[in-house]
Amino acid sequence: MERVSPDTGMQQEGPDEGVEPATPPPVRRIVIEREPTVVEPPAGNGTAPAEGRMQATGFGSPIRRPEPSSAPKIERMRAEGVTIAYSDKPAVRAVSMPVRQGEVLALIGPSGCGKTTMLRSFNRLVELTPTASRTGVISLDGQDIDTMEVTGLRRSVSMVFQQPNPFPMSVFDNVAYALREQGSGRPGREELLPAVSDALQRAGLWDEVSDTLDHPALRLSGGQQQRLCIARALAAQPEVLLLDEPCSALDPRSTQVIEELILRLRDDVAIVIVTHNMQQALRIADHVGFMFLGELVEYGHAEQVFGSPREPRTQDYVGGAFG
Amino acid sequence: MAAPSWRPTSAADSLESWPLVDRIGYRLAWATGGALCLVAGAIVLYMAVRGLQYLDLAQFTQHPTSDIDQSKSGGFFDPLLGTVLLTILGTLFAAPLGVATAIWLSEYGRPAGLARLVESGVEVVAGTPTIVMAIFGLLVFQQQFFGFLSLTAEGDAVLGRSFLVAATMMSLIALPLVVGATREALQSIPGHVREASYALGKTKAATIRRVLLPAARPGIGTGAALGMGRIAGDTAIVLILLGGTLQLEEANSFPLIGDLKGTGSTLTSYVYINSPAGEGNAPEKAYAAAFVLLMIVIALNFSIDRIARGRRPAWSV
Repeated sequence: MERVSPDTGMQQEGPDEGVEPATPPPVRRIVIEREPTVVEPPAGNGTAPAEGRMQATGFGSPIRRPEPSSAPKIERMRAEGVTIAYSDKPAVRAVSMPVRQGEVLALIGPSGCGKTTMLRSFNRLVELTPTASRTGVISLDGQDIDTMEVTGLRRSVSMVFQQPNPFPMSVFDNVAYALREQGSGRPGREELLPAVSDALQRAGLWDEVSDTLDHPALRLSGGQQQRLCIARALAAQPEVLLLDEPCSALDPRSTQVIEELILRLRDDVAIVIVTHNMQQALRIADHVGFMFLGELVEYGHAEQVFGSPREPRTQDYVGGAFG
Repeated sequence: MAAPSWRPTSAADSLESWPLVDRIGYRLAWATGGALCLVAGAIVLYMAVRGLQYLDLAQFTQHPTSDIDQSKSGGFFDPLLGTVLLTILGTLFAAPLGVATAIWLSEYGRPAGLARLVESGVEVVAGTPTIVMAIFGLLVFQQQFFGFLSLTAEGDAVLGRSFLVAATMMSLIALPLVVGATREALQSIPGHVREASYALGKTKAATIRRVLLPAARPGIGTGAALGMGRIAGDTAIVLILLGGTLQLEEANSFPLIGDLKGTGSTLTSYVYINSPAGEGNAPEKAYAAAFVLLMIVIALNFSIDRIARGRRPAWSV
């Protein structure tokens, strides 16, 4: 099994439990410029070949893979050697990856693997944790995000959370929230209506709420609330949309609606989604990053990561999900 | 038709099978609850019977006088106005301060040592008897520096008693209640709601103003209403800091400021003065005024229930 440092605070397996390792596990640099090549797992390591395994566990039959987007792929963000620690416990270790418009990037991995921390570093939300520290460079359109005004960054790199969390105000005001500047000179309703209705239409909610824009947002159903949160995040015309397990609090029908929405949105917004649900990653992701104990173990096309993972650790995790 | 093989047993059925201690405890708890209801009912009923007996509508509009003949001693217009004025004024002072304190404690709270100090400060204020607060207020507000809050006699002696002075000390009664209720409301807002606002490019200040305060509004309302009930019911501060005049006495001829700097009475002090313990000794008037005061406080308490039950944003944590 994996050698795990106890100072990560993560679940530990294997016989060396309790042993204090001198150094963190070796970091695998993912070469992001090169398209990943499919590598057969080494034979005789105790696991069946990936193909056979997937066949045996029913992979591929019920899950429909999305058609690739026809929109041009534009690299919006790039993480280079990002390491994030809480106090001195590393949660993300030397992760590098690109985030492209025109595709959905799914971050998968077991609980506590650092995928949400990684996601929160893209809009510098991780800075809100007082003990957090970060090294490495994250750039948005070539500019280091550390040099940007944080409020401006977060308008460009928007985020939707696990729990639907509309603000205690009307549907309209929720969507207009990001558009309204602080202080004086708040734009009026007529000025904001086009942008608000556009955001609600992109989030697929307009038809359901166009007559009730002044109703309290917290009276909407859970699925509607989450789409409202997506509309709210889209209102400021962000370049990147971060989704932190956006469907885990929703029923299957609402989940399907949101997944279809994500596939529509990827054409003009770069999407990064963190998910526990591997079937979901398979249904919507173009690229998949598998994280384990803070490392980006494998990054590649979804077909490759799920179908023929290069890393035994990926294979164990992906295989376990279907087994 | 076959008899059901199982049917739910009610508490009464199974009570017989309970151990003796449990049965005694159960009956005691039941009796205590019932007794409490009886006491509350008795107070309201007794006050209603005695109060309504002596109450007539004219009393709401007549000024009180110190006539020994009770048919000429007037009504409680001034005390009623005094209660309303003092309650509103005290709450107006307490609410912004209390909300600001709660925001600082809940959203900033740094340095931690200072936050703990503020917390204990609020607790000390909450635990101080109002008579002590009143004496302290007199000490402070008789200083030359605070002369602008009350009457100043010839020779620059400051009276130190006025609506403004009493309301300032009264606000200290309401303050801990506002702080507590607001803090509780703020802390019940899950962290991801704050983060959602930051993630839309908003500052902390904007988040507090546009998201947290609206979400905490029922809590703030509850705290303010609780505080109003306490202010309306307090006697010690009124007796010492409101000047003890039956009627509102203006300090000068300015329309509102003259009244606020002047002295007066409230329903509580009116009841006290007219009770056998006071100098008026007119129990009929005392009962009538006490009944009105009780109704005001009960109405405030019901409004708290309404506020608390009002739509409170429900996020999952």
